[in-house]
Amino acid sequence: MDPLSTLWETFFDWDAMREALPEMLTVGLPNTLILAVSAALLGSVLGLLLAVAGISRSRWLRWPARVYTDVFRGLPAAATILLIGVGLAPLGMQVWGPDPYPLGILALSLIATAYIGEIFRSGIQSVEAAQLEGARALGFSWADAMRLVIIPQGIRRVLPAWVNQLIALIKDSSLVYFLGLVASQRELFRIGQDYAATTGNESALLLAGLCYLALTVPLTHVVNWIDRRLRNGRPATASTEEDDDDTASYAATEGDRR
Amino acid sequence: MTTATTTSVSLDVRGVHLAFGPNRVLRGVDLSVPRGATACVIGPSGSGKSTLLRTINRLIEPDRGDVLLDGRSVLGDDPDALRQRVGMVFQQFNLFPHMSVLRNVTLALRRLRKLGADEAETVARAQLELVGLAGKANSRPAQLSGGQQQRVAIARALALRPEVMLFDEATSALDPELVKGVLGVMADLSAAGMTMVVVTHEMGFARQVADTVAFMDRGVVLEAGPPEAIFERAEHPRLRRFLDQVL
Repeated sequence: MDPLSTLWETFFDWDAMREALPEMLTVGLPNTLILAVSAALLGSVLGLLLAVAGISRSRWLRWPARVYTDVFRGLPAAATILLIGVGLAPLGMQVWGPDPYPLGILALSLIATAYIGEIFRSGIQSVEAAQLEGARALGFSWADAMRLVIIPQGIRRVLPAWVNQLIALIKDSSLVYFLGLVASQRELFRIGQDYAATTGNESALLLAGLCYLALTVPLTHVVNWIDRRLRNGRPATASTEEDDDDTASYAATEGDRR
Repeated sequence: MTTATTTSVSLDVRGVHLAFGPNRVLRGVDLSVPRGATACVIGPSGSGKSTLLRTINRLIEPDRGDVLLDGRSVLGDDPDALRQRVGMVFQQFNLFPHMSVLRNVTLALRRLRKLGADEAETVARAQLELVGLAGKANSRPAQLSGGQQQRVAIARALALRPEVMLFDEATSALDPELVKGVLGVMADLSAAGMTMVVVTHEMGFARQVADTVAFMDRGVVLEAGPPEAIFERAEHPRLRRFLDQVL
């Protein structure tokens, strides 16, 4: 057999792929999405708290936030997942039993928190000080002004980076296989790997790879789309309302410059 | 006619001092604005005019001196509650770009005044109508001209029924052809009996609308009086020099 066809069969064995596909879609895909999406949600909530702590005037909030970010951004994801998945296993055992799945989500969330916290912080800090002043001048407290005016604008500005983080989470979710999940908890990568291990053929792993791309490539286009929209503003919503400037109670002399 | 402002109060600023580090921005400012009167504050840039406005609603706390509404000091009040009584309009409008025009106006009504959604919208639409922008309620601020944005900002402040209004160079960021519409709204408001402090470079407005014109330079009010006195019979040489340059 020539090397080229060997290579072809190693990666493109359609039968091996067909065999792995049902489990890939019914077990692997849902688990990957559960891991990534729940970590993204938890990571966003915690990341927002981290971001606000990071810009706090109190050093007792600022410093821990800084340290947290440095540690969880600086560690390899695999190390964090192992440390938390294994290190907290005895604790998890007492709370929900021997299942490592929640610890996988927790580890992914804690990693995501560090990155999303930095994303949100940069967004919030990019909002002009005049916005805060405008809100405070209306009588809003600092906390209300942040919640209603500053944070919504800041997060909007960094949505592309946030979606990038979701992409990273989808990929990093493959690392929870370290924790030894049961068959029904396996995500895309683990299922591909299991098939590859039993058949000695990498096609199932390649299929897993294609599944990741099917998730991540559209998301990168979502990023680009949001980015464009943020830059150019939303598509003009045709204003059907009459321009009633001229009915104003004083001599309206200004032109309409939309 | 812009709004029924029967609730406006008198404003007194007494001996207000403020320093940012070694930079003494306000050095004993006095300003008295009777109920329903309009005071225009003029002067070169860097003279402390905008800072003075911010000490009145305590966006910046004065180091020394007092601010009184209706003869009562407000320095001991809750600053957030005070700012609901003192409306402010900024040079750069400071509208919230992520909200519709309508929501810009209803936000404080709903969150601070605890009005229901319908009631807040009724108040807001009426206020927008009065500044000639009823048809723009569902637009985003970025879809409006600068003059329209500033009128929304005025409507947003007026919706809370303030007792005093502060204007910080409200027309300085506008293209010349848009200035008149905003000044018209401000003149209407003044005529309706709102107590106003207007920091401005529009000498025509000061001359026609103000009851008092105060000239600030280097952190103090050097000269104050009715517009005729300031513009026709200026006493202080620095004021005369300033007027020579701007008129």
